[in-house]
Amino acid sequence: MDADVLLETRGLTKRFGQNTAVADFGLSLHKGEIVGLLGPNGAGKTTTLRMLAGCLAPSQGDVRICGVDLAEQPKAAKRAIGYLPERPPVYGELSVDEYLRYCAALRGLRSQARREALNRAKQACGLTDAGDKLIGTLSTGYQQRVGLAQAIVHSPRVVILDEPTVGLDPIQIREIRGLIRGLGEAHGIILSSHILPEVQAVCDRVMIIHRGRVVYSDTMAATTQAQFEAVLITLTRSPAVTALQQIAGVRGIEELGGGQWRLRLADGADPRQALAQAAVAGDWGLIELKAEIKTLEERFVELTSSDEPALRQAA
Amino acid sequence: MSKVLSIAGAESRRIFVSPLAWAVLAVLQVILGIFFVLYLNAYAQAAQVATDQSFGVADYIGGGLYSSANVVLLLVIPLMTMRLFSEERKSGSITLLLSSPVSLIEIVLGKFLGLGTFLLFAVGLLTLMSLTLMTGTDLDLGRIAAGLLGLFLMMLAFGAAGLFVSTLTREPVIAAVAGFGLLLVFWVLQGVSQSMTALPFAGAIGYLSLIGHFDNLRRGIVSTADVVYYLLFVTFFLWLAVLRLDLERT
Repeated sequence: MDADVLLETRGLTKRFGQNTAVADFGLSLHKGEIVGLLGPNGAGKTTTLRMLAGCLAPSQGDVRICGVDLAEQPKAAKRAIGYLPERPPVYGELSVDEYLRYCAALRGLRSQARREALNRAKQACGLTDAGDKLIGTLSTGYQQRVGLAQAIVHSPRVVILDEPTVGLDPIQIREIRGLIRGLGEAHGIILSSHILPEVQAVCDRVMIIHRGRVVYSDTMAATTQAQFEAVLITLTRSPAVTALQQIAGVRGIEELGGGQWRLRLADGADPRQALAQAAVAGDWGLIELKAEIKTLEERFVELTSSDEPALRQAA
Repeated sequence: MSKVLSIAGAESRRIFVSPLAWAVLAVLQVILGIFFVLYLNAYAQAAQVATDQSFGVADYIGGGLYSSANVVLLLVIPLMTMRLFSEERKSGSITLLLSSPVSLIEIVLGKFLGLGTFLLFAVGLLTLMSLTLMTGTDLDLGRIAAGLLGLFLMMLAFGAAGLFVSTLTREPVIAAVAGFGLLLVFWVLQGVSQSMTALPFAGAIGYLSLIGHFDNLRRGIVSTADVVYYLLFVTFFLWLAVLRLDLERT
Protein backbone atom coordinates (compact mmCIF):
# COMPACT_ATOMS: atom_id res chain seq x y z
CA MET A 1 0.00 0.00 0.00
CA ASP A 2 1.06 3.54 -0.67
CA ALA A 3 2.75 4.94 2.41
CA ASP A 4 1.00 8.26 1.94
CA VAL A 5 -2.48 6.79 2.24
CA LEU A 6 -3.66 7.72 5.72
CA LEU A 7 -7.18 6.44 5.56
CA GLU A 8 -8.64 3.94 3.20
CA THR A 9 -12.11 2.54 3.08
CA ARG A 10 -14.05 0.51 0.58
CA GLY A 11 -17.64 -0.59 0.35
CA LEU A 12 -18.56 1.09 3.60
CA THR A 13 -22.25 0.51 4.23
CA LYS A 14 -24.54 1.23 7.16
CA ARG A 15 -28.07 -0.01 7.49
CA PHE A 16 -30.51 0.90 10.21
CA GLY A 17 -33.19 -1.77 9.87
CA GLN A 18 -34.67 -1.43 6.39
CA ASN A 19 -33.14 1.98 5.90
CA THR A 20 -29.74 2.23 4.23
CA ALA A 21 -28.05 5.33 5.60
CA VAL A 22 -24.77 4.94 3.74
CA ALA A 23 -24.17 2.65 0.81
CA ASP A 24 -20.86 1.59 -0.68
CA PHE A 25 -18.75 4.54 0.42
CA GLY A 26 -15.15 4.45 -0.72
CA LEU A 27 -12.31 6.87 -0.05
CA SER A 28 -8.52 7.08 -0.01
CA LEU A 29 -7.20 9.97 1.99
CA HIS A 30 -3.62 11.00 1.32
CA LYS A 31 -1.25 12.98 3.46
CA GLY A 32 -1.71 16.72 3.00
CA GLU A 33 -5.13 16.32 1.50
CA ILE A 34 -8.40 17.93 2.59
CA VAL A 35 -11.49 16.10 1.45
CA GLY A 36 -14.88 17.73 1.71
CA LEU A 37 -18.07 15.72 2.06
CA LEU A 38 -20.94 17.71 0.70
CA GLY A 39 -24.57 16.84 0.85
CA PRO A 40 -28.00 18.03 1.86
CA ASN A 41 -29.23 17.43 5.38
CA GLY A 42 -29.80 13.78 6.09
CA ALA A 43 -27.61 12.61 3.21
CA GLY A 44 -25.51 10.37 5.42
CA LYS A 45 -22.50 12.60 6.05
CA THR A 46 -22.50 12.29 9.82
CA THR A 47 -23.10 8.53 9.71
CA THR A 48 -20.15 8.16 7.34
CA LEU A 49 -17.86 10.22 9.54
CA ARG A 50 -18.93 8.35 12.67
CA MET A 51 -17.98 5.10 11.00
CA LEU A 52 -14.63 6.50 9.89
CA ALA A 53 -13.97 7.67 13.46
CA GLY A 54 -14.81 4.30 14.94
CA CYS A 55 -17.88 5.45 16.86
CA LEU A 56 -20.25 3.37 14.79
CA ALA A 57 -19.64 -0.11 13.47
CA PRO A 58 -20.34 -0.40 9.73
CA SER A 59 -22.75 -3.06 8.45
CA GLN A 60 -20.31 -3.84 5.67
CA GLY A 61 -16.89 -2.72 4.55
CA ASP A 62 -13.80 -1.88 6.52
CA VAL A 63 -11.80 1.20 7.42
CA ARG A 64 -8.01 1.19 7.54
CA ILE A 65 -6.18 3.98 9.30
CA CYS A 66 -2.53 4.12 8.22
CA GLY A 67 -2.88 0.48 7.25
CA VAL A 68 -4.40 -0.62 10.58
CA ASP A 69 -7.87 -2.11 10.49
CA LEU A 70 -10.24 -0.09 12.66
CA ALA A 71 -12.44 -3.05 13.56
CA GLU A 72 -9.63 -5.49 14.34
CA GLN A 73 -7.24 -3.19 16.18
CA PRO A 74 -9.40 -0.30 17.31
CA LYS A 75 -6.95 1.01 19.88
CA ALA A 76 -3.99 1.25 17.50
CA ALA A 77 -6.13 2.72 14.74
CA LYS A 78 -7.90 5.27 16.91
CA ARG A 79 -4.60 6.64 18.16
CA ALA A 80 -4.15 8.20 14.71
CA ILE A 81 -7.63 9.75 14.59
CA GLY A 82 -8.87 13.07 15.82
CA TYR A 83 -12.62 13.50 15.59
CA LEU A 84 -14.82 16.53 16.07
CA PRO A 85 -18.46 15.46 16.01
CA GLU A 86 -21.34 17.77 15.15
CA ARG A 87 -21.65 18.89 18.75
CA PRO A 88 -18.29 19.41 20.44
CA PRO A 89 -17.89 16.57 22.99
CA VAL A 90 -16.96 18.84 25.87
CA TYR A 91 -17.71 18.79 29.59
CA GLY A 92 -19.08 22.14 30.68
CA GLU A 93 -17.95 21.72 34.27
CA LEU A 94 -14.25 21.37 33.41
CA SER A 95 -11.88 24.17 32.50
CA VAL A 96 -10.31 24.23 29.04
CA ASP A 97 -6.94 23.11 30.40
CA GLU A 98 -8.40 20.30 32.49
CA TYR A 99 -10.43 19.07 29.58
CA LEU A 100 -7.61 19.12 27.05
CA ARG A 101 -5.25 17.47 29.53
CA TYR A 102 -7.81 14.72 29.96
CA CYS A 103 -8.16 14.32 26.19
CA ALA A 104 -4.39 14.10 25.79
CA ALA A 105 -4.24 11.43 28.50
CA LEU A 106 -7.02 9.46 26.84
CA ARG A 107 -4.98 9.42 23.66
CA GLY A 108 -2.03 8.05 25.58
CA LEU A 109 0.22 11.11 25.73
CA ARG A 110 2.76 11.00 28.56
CA SER A 111 2.61 13.80 31.07
CA GLN A 112 5.75 15.55 29.77
CA ALA A 113 4.44 15.56 26.22
CA ARG A 114 1.01 16.60 27.42
CA ARG A 115 1.95 20.15 28.40
CA GLU A 116 3.58 20.82 25.08
CA ALA A 117 0.69 19.28 23.15
CA LEU A 118 -1.74 21.36 25.18
CA ASN A 119 0.02 24.61 24.39
CA ARG A 120 0.29 23.75 20.73
CA ALA A 121 -3.40 22.89 20.41
CA LYS A 122 -4.49 25.95 22.35
CA GLN A 123 -2.33 28.20 20.23
CA ALA A 124 -3.60 26.66 17.01
CA CYS A 125 -7.21 27.15 18.05
CA GLY A 126 -6.83 30.61 19.56
CA LEU A 127 -7.48 29.43 23.12
CA THR A 128 -4.28 30.62 24.75
CA ASP A 129 -6.07 33.04 27.05
CA ALA A 130 -9.01 30.75 27.78
CA GLY A 131 -7.13 27.98 29.61
CA ASP A 132 -8.62 28.67 33.05
CA LYS A 133 -12.16 29.30 31.88
CA LEU A 134 -14.90 26.76 32.43
CA ILE A 135 -16.03 25.34 29.12
CA GLY A 136 -19.68 25.72 30.12
CA THR A 137 -19.27 29.50 30.34
CA LEU A 138 -17.70 29.84 26.89
CA SER A 139 -19.66 30.94 23.83
CA THR A 140 -20.67 28.45 21.15
CA GLY A 141 -17.80 29.55 18.94
CA TYR A 142 -15.25 29.04 21.67
CA GLN A 143 -16.74 25.66 22.58
CA GLN A 144 -16.33 24.71 18.94
CA ARG A 145 -12.68 25.75 19.16
CA VAL A 146 -12.24 23.61 22.24
CA GLY A 147 -13.78 20.73 20.29
CA LEU A 148 -11.31 21.35 17.50
CA ALA A 149 -8.40 21.56 19.94
CA GLN A 150 -9.51 18.23 21.37
CA ALA A 151 -9.38 16.70 17.90
CA ILE A 152 -5.82 17.82 17.20
CA VAL A 153 -4.21 17.76 20.65
CA HIS A 154 -2.48 14.42 20.01
CA SER A 155 -1.37 15.40 16.49
CA PRO A 156 -3.36 12.66 14.80
CA ARG A 157 -2.55 11.81 11.22
CA VAL A 158 -6.22 11.78 10.26
CA VAL A 159 -8.52 14.58 11.37
CA ILE A 160 -12.25 14.11 10.91
CA LEU A 161 -14.39 17.22 11.28
CA ASP A 162 -18.17 17.17 11.17
CA GLU A 163 -19.45 20.61 10.17
CA PRO A 164 -16.58 22.42 11.88
CA THR A 165 -17.87 25.94 11.26
CA VAL A 166 -21.51 25.51 12.19
CA GLY A 167 -22.70 28.11 14.68
CA LEU A 168 -19.71 30.39 14.23
CA ASP A 169 -19.69 34.02 13.21
CA PRO A 170 -18.06 35.05 9.92
CA ILE A 171 -14.77 36.07 11.52
CA GLN A 172 -14.50 32.84 13.46
CA ILE A 173 -15.36 30.90 10.30
CA ARG A 174 -12.45 32.57 8.53
CA GLU A 175 -10.15 31.71 11.39
CA ILE A 176 -11.26 28.11 11.59
CA ARG A 177 -10.91 27.73 7.83
CA GLY A 178 -7.40 29.13 8.03
CA LEU A 179 -6.67 26.69 10.82
CA ILE A 180 -8.00 23.75 8.81
CA ARG A 181 -5.92 24.72 5.80
CA GLY A 182 -2.87 24.96 8.05
CA LEU A 183 -3.56 21.54 9.53
CA GLY A 184 -4.07 20.08 6.09
CA GLU A 185 -0.40 20.51 5.26
CA ALA A 186 0.78 17.93 7.76
CA HIS A 187 -2.33 15.81 8.29
CA GLY A 188 -5.10 14.34 6.20
CA ILE A 189 -8.45 15.95 6.82
CA ILE A 190 -11.98 14.89 6.07
CA LEU A 191 -14.65 17.45 6.74
CA SER A 192 -18.33 17.54 6.10
CA SER A 193 -20.39 20.56 5.31
CA HIS A 194 -23.52 21.65 3.61
CA ILE A 195 -22.05 25.05 2.90
CA LEU A 196 -20.68 25.09 -0.65
CA PRO A 197 -18.33 28.08 -0.41
CA GLU A 198 -16.73 26.49 2.61
CA VAL A 199 -15.82 23.35 0.75
CA GLN A 200 -14.69 25.44 -2.20
CA ALA A 201 -12.50 27.58 0.01
CA VAL A 202 -10.84 24.82 1.98
CA CYS A 203 -10.89 21.46 0.25
CA ASP A 204 -8.63 19.80 -2.31
CA ARG A 205 -11.20 17.21 -3.18
CA VAL A 206 -14.94 17.20 -2.99
CA MET A 207 -17.39 14.33 -2.69
CA ILE A 208 -21.10 14.94 -2.98
CA ILE A 209 -23.29 12.51 -1.07
CA HIS A 210 -26.94 12.13 -1.79
CA ARG A 211 -29.19 9.65 -0.03
CA GLY A 212 -26.27 7.70 1.28
CA ARG A 213 -24.44 7.36 -2.02
CA VAL A 214 -21.45 9.19 -3.43
CA VAL A 215 -22.80 10.85 -6.55
CA TYR A 216 -19.78 12.97 -7.38
CA SER A 217 -16.13 12.80 -6.49
CA ASP A 218 -13.35 14.85 -8.03
CA THR A 219 -10.52 17.17 -7.14
CA MET A 220 -11.33 20.79 -6.57
CA ALA A 221 -9.07 21.79 -9.46
CA ALA A 222 -10.97 19.52 -11.81
CA THR A 223 -14.24 20.83 -10.49
CA THR A 224 -13.41 24.46 -11.12
CA GLN A 225 -11.65 23.92 -14.44
CA ALA A 226 -14.13 21.38 -15.62
CA GLN A 227 -14.75 20.58 -19.25
CA PHE A 228 -17.41 22.90 -20.45
CA GLU A 229 -20.31 21.56 -22.43
CA ALA A 230 -21.70 24.80 -23.79
CA VAL A 231 -20.63 28.25 -24.98
CA LEU A 232 -22.63 31.42 -24.57
CA ILE A 233 -22.27 33.93 -27.37
CA THR A 234 -23.94 37.29 -27.79
CA LEU A 235 -24.07 38.86 -31.23
CA THR A 236 -25.60 42.20 -32.16
CA ARG A 237 -26.21 41.15 -35.78
CA SER A 238 -27.31 37.56 -35.59
CA PRO A 239 -26.37 35.35 -38.52
CA ALA A 240 -28.41 32.49 -39.89
CA VAL A 241 -28.58 29.46 -37.66
CA THR A 242 -26.87 27.35 -40.29
CA ALA A 243 -23.82 29.59 -40.16
CA LEU A 244 -23.36 28.77 -36.50
CA GLN A 245 -24.05 25.09 -37.02
CA GLN A 246 -21.27 24.88 -39.59
CA ILE A 247 -18.62 25.67 -37.02
CA ALA A 248 -16.76 22.55 -35.99
CA GLY A 249 -17.64 21.20 -32.54
CA VAL A 250 -21.08 22.76 -32.28
CA ARG A 251 -23.72 20.13 -31.68
CA GLY A 252 -26.83 22.07 -30.92
CA ILE A 253 -28.06 25.66 -30.93
CA GLU A 254 -30.49 27.38 -28.64
CA GLU A 255 -31.56 30.98 -29.04
CA LEU A 256 -31.91 32.75 -25.73
CA GLY A 257 -33.20 36.04 -27.11
CA GLY A 258 -31.57 39.47 -27.20
CA GLY A 259 -28.93 38.18 -29.60
CA GLN A 260 -27.69 35.59 -27.10
CA TRP A 261 -27.18 31.99 -28.14
CA ARG A 262 -26.20 28.87 -26.26
CA LEU A 263 -24.14 26.48 -28.35
CA ARG A 264 -23.97 22.95 -27.03
CA LEU A 265 -20.68 21.33 -27.85
CA ALA A 266 -19.44 17.94 -28.86
CA ASP A 267 -17.28 16.23 -26.19
CA GLY A 268 -14.00 17.99 -25.63
CA ALA A 269 -14.52 20.52 -28.37
CA ASP A 270 -13.53 24.16 -27.88
CA PRO A 271 -14.79 26.23 -30.82
CA ARG A 272 -14.31 29.62 -29.16
CA GLN A 273 -11.45 30.65 -31.41
CA ALA A 274 -13.27 29.52 -34.53
CA LEU A 275 -16.38 31.37 -33.38
CA ALA A 276 -14.48 34.60 -32.90
CA GLN A 277 -12.88 34.32 -36.31
CA ALA A 278 -16.21 33.54 -37.96
CA ALA A 279 -17.82 36.47 -36.15
CA VAL A 280 -15.16 38.83 -37.42
CA ALA A 281 -15.27 37.44 -40.92
CA GLY A 282 -19.08 37.51 -41.04
CA ASP A 283 -19.38 40.87 -39.26
CA TRP A 284 -21.80 39.47 -36.65
CA GLY A 285 -20.96 42.12 -34.08
CA LEU A 286 -19.56 39.87 -31.38
CA ILE A 287 -19.85 41.42 -27.91
CA GLU A 288 -19.67 38.42 -25.60
CA LEU A 289 -18.25 34.94 -25.81
CA LYS A 290 -17.78 32.69 -22.80
CA ALA A 291 -17.59 29.07 -21.85
CA GLU A 292 -20.44 27.91 -19.65
CA ILE A 293 -18.67 26.17 -16.79
CA LYS A 294 -20.80 24.42 -14.26
CA THR A 295 -20.10 25.74 -10.79
CA LEU A 296 -19.98 23.41 -7.84
CA GLU A 297 -23.30 24.79 -6.78
CA GLU A 298 -24.93 23.93 -10.07
CA ARG A 299 -23.52 20.44 -9.95
CA PHE A 300 -24.66 20.07 -6.36
CA VAL A 301 -28.21 21.15 -7.13
CA GLU A 302 -28.31 19.00 -10.25
CA LEU A 303 -27.09 15.92 -8.41
CA THR A 304 -29.07 16.24 -5.22
CA SER A 305 -32.41 17.56 -6.38
CA SER A 306 -33.21 14.55 -8.54
CA ASP A 307 -36.08 12.50 -7.25
CA GLU A 308 -34.58 9.27 -8.43
CA PRO A 309 -35.10 6.76 -5.64
CA ALA A 310 -31.47 5.79 -5.35
CA LEU A 311 -31.94 4.37 -1.89
CA ARG A 312 -34.72 2.04 -2.73
CA GLN A 313 -32.51 0.54 -5.40
CA ALA A 314 -29.72 0.15 -2.94
CA ALA A 315 -31.85 -1.49 -0.28
CA MET B 1 -4.53 0.98 33.30
CA SER B 2 -3.32 4.57 33.22
CA LYS B 3 -6.25 5.36 30.95
CA VAL B 4 -8.68 3.83 33.45
CA LEU B 5 -7.19 6.12 36.08
CA SER B 6 -7.41 9.11 33.74
CA ILE B 7 -11.09 8.44 33.14
CA ALA B 8 -11.66 7.84 36.85
CA GLY B 9 -9.88 11.09 37.68
CA ALA B 10 -11.90 13.12 35.22
CA GLU B 11 -15.11 11.45 36.35
CA SER B 12 -14.57 12.07 40.04
CA ARG B 13 -13.50 15.62 39.29
CA ARG B 14 -16.73 16.16 37.37
CA ILE B 15 -18.72 14.63 40.22
CA PHE B 16 -17.09 16.81 42.83
CA VAL B 17 -17.37 20.07 40.90
CA SER B 18 -21.09 19.54 40.47
CA PRO B 19 -23.37 20.98 43.14
CA LEU B 20 -25.34 17.72 43.08
CA ALA B 21 -22.55 15.81 44.82
CA TRP B 22 -22.29 18.34 47.63
CA ALA B 23 -26.05 18.57 48.04
CA VAL B 24 -26.22 14.78 48.25
CA LEU B 25 -23.40 14.64 50.79
CA ALA B 26 -24.96 17.40 52.88
CA VAL B 27 -28.41 15.80 52.93
CA LEU B 28 -26.87 12.42 53.66
CA GLN B 29 -24.91 13.82 56.55
CA VAL B 30 -27.90 15.59 58.08
CA ILE B 31 -30.17 12.54 57.84
CA LEU B 32 -27.53 10.13 59.09
CA GLY B 33 -26.68 12.58 61.86
CA ILE B 34 -30.29 12.49 63.01
CA PHE B 35 -30.28 8.67 62.91
CA PHE B 36 -26.98 8.68 64.79
CA VAL B 37 -28.45 10.73 67.63
CA LEU B 38 -31.61 8.60 67.68
CA TYR B 39 -29.62 5.36 67.97
CA LEU B 40 -27.36 6.82 70.64
CA ASN B 41 -30.43 7.88 72.55
CA ALA B 42 -31.94 4.40 72.20
CA TYR B 43 -28.69 2.89 73.48
CA ALA B 44 -28.57 5.25 76.43
CA GLN B 45 -32.12 4.36 77.45
CA ALA B 46 -31.53 0.62 77.01
CA ALA B 47 -28.33 0.83 79.04
CA GLN B 48 -30.24 2.27 82.02
CA VAL B 49 -32.77 -0.56 82.22
CA ALA B 50 -30.65 -3.46 80.98
CA THR B 51 -29.21 -5.70 83.66
CA ASP B 52 -26.53 -7.26 81.46
CA GLN B 53 -24.33 -5.22 79.18
CA SER B 54 -24.28 -7.69 76.29
CA PHE B 55 -25.18 -4.95 73.82
CA GLY B 56 -22.54 -2.31 73.25
CA VAL B 57 -22.82 1.01 71.52
CA ALA B 58 -21.13 -0.48 68.46
CA ASP B 59 -24.12 -2.80 68.04
CA TYR B 60 -26.43 0.14 67.87
CA ILE B 61 -24.25 2.01 65.47
CA GLY B 62 -23.14 -0.98 63.37
CA GLY B 63 -26.51 -2.68 63.39
CA GLY B 64 -28.90 0.22 63.49
CA LEU B 65 -27.25 3.24 61.93
CA TYR B 66 -25.60 1.37 59.07
CA SER B 67 -28.80 -0.48 58.20
CA SER B 68 -30.69 2.79 58.10
CA ALA B 69 -27.88 4.30 56.06
CA ASN B 70 -28.41 1.54 53.50
CA VAL B 71 -32.00 2.57 52.96
CA VAL B 72 -31.05 6.22 52.56
CA LEU B 73 -28.28 5.32 50.13
CA LEU B 74 -30.70 3.19 48.14
CA LEU B 75 -32.56 6.41 47.45
CA VAL B 76 -29.50 8.57 46.92
CA ILE B 77 -27.08 6.53 44.81
CA PRO B 78 -29.29 6.36 41.70
CA LEU B 79 -29.07 10.16 41.71
CA MET B 80 -25.30 9.90 41.51
CA THR B 81 -25.22 7.18 38.87
CA MET B 82 -27.90 8.61 36.61
CA ARG B 83 -25.51 11.00 34.95
CA LEU B 84 -22.67 8.58 34.30
CA PHE B 85 -23.67 7.57 30.80
CA SER B 86 -27.10 8.98 30.03
CA GLU B 87 -26.00 12.58 30.37
CA GLU B 88 -22.95 11.97 28.22
CA ARG B 89 -25.14 10.49 25.55
CA LYS B 90 -27.59 13.34 25.75
CA SER B 91 -24.87 15.96 25.38
CA GLY B 92 -22.92 13.90 22.85
CA SER B 93 -19.74 14.02 24.91
CA ILE B 94 -19.60 10.22 24.96
CA THR B 95 -18.13 10.55 21.46
CA LEU B 96 -14.90 11.70 23.04
CA LEU B 97 -14.52 8.36 24.80
CA LEU B 98 -15.73 6.31 21.85
CA SER B 99 -13.34 7.94 19.39
CA SER B 100 -10.37 7.70 21.75
CA PRO B 101 -8.09 4.67 21.85
CA VAL B 102 -9.70 3.18 24.95
CA SER B 103 -11.72 -0.02 25.21
CA LEU B 104 -15.27 -0.13 26.49
CA ILE B 105 -14.06 -2.08 29.52
CA GLU B 106 -11.64 0.72 30.34
CA ILE B 107 -14.40 3.29 29.96
CA VAL B 108 -16.80 1.43 32.25
CA LEU B 109 -14.11 0.65 34.84
CA GLY B 110 -12.89 4.23 34.81
CA LYS B 111 -16.36 5.63 35.33
CA PHE B 112 -17.04 3.13 38.10
CA LEU B 113 -13.80 3.98 39.87
CA GLY B 114 -14.64 7.67 39.61
CA LEU B 115 -17.98 6.99 41.23
CA GLY B 116 -16.22 4.79 43.81
CA THR B 117 -14.15 7.80 44.87
CA PHE B 118 -17.32 9.67 45.67
CA LEU B 119 -18.77 6.68 47.53
CA LEU B 120 -15.57 6.35 49.54
CA PHE B 121 -15.93 9.98 50.48
CA ALA B 122 -19.49 9.39 51.69
CA VAL B 123 -18.40 6.37 53.74
CA GLY B 124 -15.54 8.44 55.08
CA LEU B 125 -17.95 11.02 56.49
CA LEU B 126 -19.94 8.28 58.17
CA THR B 127 -16.74 6.76 59.55
CA LEU B 128 -15.77 10.07 61.11
CA MET B 129 -19.22 10.34 62.63
CA SER B 130 -18.88 6.89 64.19
CA LEU B 131 -15.37 7.56 65.44
CA THR B 132 -16.53 10.56 67.46
CA LEU B 133 -17.78 7.96 69.95
CA MET B 134 -14.18 7.10 70.76
CA THR B 135 -14.01 10.25 72.86
CA GLY B 136 -16.53 8.88 75.37
CA THR B 137 -16.43 5.11 75.13
CA ASP B 138 -14.34 2.08 74.40
CA LEU B 139 -15.51 1.45 70.85
CA ASP B 140 -15.45 -2.02 69.27
CA LEU B 141 -13.50 -0.92 66.20
CA GLY B 142 -13.73 -4.36 64.56
CA ARG B 143 -17.52 -4.22 64.58
CA ILE B 144 -17.52 -0.72 63.19
CA ALA B 145 -15.03 -1.64 60.49
CA ALA B 146 -17.03 -4.71 59.42
CA GLY B 147 -20.22 -2.66 59.27
CA LEU B 148 -18.53 0.08 57.21
CA LEU B 149 -17.02 -2.50 54.88
CA GLY B 150 -20.48 -3.98 54.39
CA LEU B 151 -21.90 -0.54 53.77
CA PHE B 152 -19.20 0.30 51.25
CA LEU B 153 -19.70 -3.00 49.41
CA MET B 154 -23.42 -2.35 49.35
CA MET B 155 -22.80 1.12 47.90
CA LEU B 156 -20.54 -0.30 45.22
CA ALA B 157 -23.27 -2.79 44.32
CA PHE B 158 -25.83 0.02 44.14
CA GLY B 159 -23.38 2.02 42.04
CA ALA B 160 -22.72 -0.80 39.56
CA ALA B 161 -26.43 -1.45 39.07
CA GLY B 162 -27.07 2.27 38.65
CA LEU B 163 -24.22 2.58 36.16
CA PHE B 164 -25.70 -0.19 34.06
CA VAL B 165 -29.13 1.45 34.09
CA SER B 166 -27.64 4.75 32.97
CA THR B 167 -26.26 3.04 29.84
CA LEU B 168 -29.81 2.13 28.86
CA THR B 169 -31.27 5.59 28.37
CA ARG B 170 -30.44 9.11 27.30
CA GLU B 171 -32.55 10.72 30.01
CA PRO B 172 -30.82 11.04 33.40
CA VAL B 173 -34.15 11.21 35.25
CA ILE B 174 -35.32 7.94 33.73
CA ALA B 175 -31.97 6.41 34.66
CA ALA B 176 -32.48 7.52 38.25
CA VAL B 177 -36.03 6.18 38.51
CA ALA B 178 -35.18 2.89 36.80
CA GLY B 179 -32.03 2.49 38.89
CA PHE B 180 -34.03 3.05 42.04
CA GLY B 181 -36.58 0.47 40.89
CA LEU B 182 -33.93 -2.11 40.07
CA LEU B 183 -32.25 -1.68 43.46
CA LEU B 184 -35.57 -1.96 45.24
CA VAL B 185 -36.30 -5.23 43.45
CA PHE B 186 -32.98 -6.66 44.63
CA TRP B 187 -33.73 -5.29 48.06
CA VAL B 188 -37.12 -6.95 48.48
CA LEU B 189 -36.13 -10.31 46.99
CA GLN B 190 -35.55 -11.63 50.48
CA GLY B 191 -39.05 -10.66 51.52
CA VAL B 192 -40.42 -12.37 48.41
CA SER B 193 -38.62 -15.60 49.19
CA GLN B 194 -39.69 -15.54 52.85
CA SER B 195 -43.36 -14.82 52.29
CA MET B 196 -43.80 -17.00 49.22
CA THR B 197 -42.03 -20.20 50.18
CA ALA B 198 -44.02 -22.14 47.58
CA LEU B 199 -42.19 -20.28 44.86
CA PRO B 200 -39.69 -22.46 42.98
CA PHE B 201 -36.09 -21.62 43.87
CA ALA B 202 -37.33 -19.49 46.75
CA GLY B 203 -34.07 -20.08 48.57
CA ALA B 204 -31.98 -19.07 45.58
CA ILE B 205 -34.07 -15.96 45.02
CA GLY B 206 -33.63 -15.01 48.64
CA TYR B 207 -29.91 -15.55 48.35
CA LEU B 208 -29.72 -13.02 45.52
CA SER B 209 -31.13 -10.29 47.73
CA LEU B 210 -28.75 -7.50 48.59
CA ILE B 211 -30.00 -7.12 52.13
CA GLY B 212 -29.38 -10.65 53.35
CA HIS B 213 -25.65 -10.46 52.76
CA PHE B 214 -25.37 -7.30 54.78
CA ASP B 215 -26.71 -8.97 57.93
CA ASN B 216 -23.54 -10.89 58.69
CA LEU B 217 -21.32 -7.90 58.09
CA ARG B 218 -23.30 -5.61 60.33
CA ARG B 219 -23.07 -8.23 63.05
CA GLY B 220 -19.31 -8.02 62.69
CA ILE B 221 -18.82 -11.23 60.73
CA VAL B 222 -16.75 -10.74 57.59
CA SER B 223 -17.57 -13.84 55.59
CA THR B 224 -15.87 -14.42 52.26
CA ALA B 225 -19.12 -15.60 50.71
CA ASP B 226 -20.80 -12.27 51.40
CA VAL B 227 -17.88 -10.21 50.16
CA VAL B 228 -17.67 -12.33 47.03
CA TYR B 229 -21.41 -11.92 46.52
CA TYR B 230 -21.04 -8.16 46.38
CA LEU B 231 -18.02 -8.31 44.12
CA LEU B 232 -19.84 -10.68 41.75
CA PHE B 233 -22.85 -8.39 41.80
CA VAL B 234 -20.63 -5.46 40.81
CA THR B 235 -18.80 -7.43 38.11
CA PHE B 236 -22.05 -8.69 36.64
CA PHE B 237 -23.58 -5.25 36.21
CA LEU B 238 -20.38 -3.68 34.91
CA TRP B 239 -20.17 -6.48 32.38
CA LEU B 240 -23.77 -5.84 31.33
CA ALA B 241 -22.89 -2.16 30.88
CA VAL B 242 -19.99 -3.09 28.59
CA LEU B 243 -22.25 -5.35 26.55
CA ARG B 244 -24.85 -2.64 26.31
CA LEU B 245 -22.33 -0.06 25.07
CA ASP B 246 -20.96 -2.51 22.54
CA LEU B 247 -24.46 -3.13 21.22
CA GLU B 248 -24.92 0.57 20.74
CA ARG B 249 -22.04 0.89 18.30
CA THR B 250 -23.66 -1.46 15.84
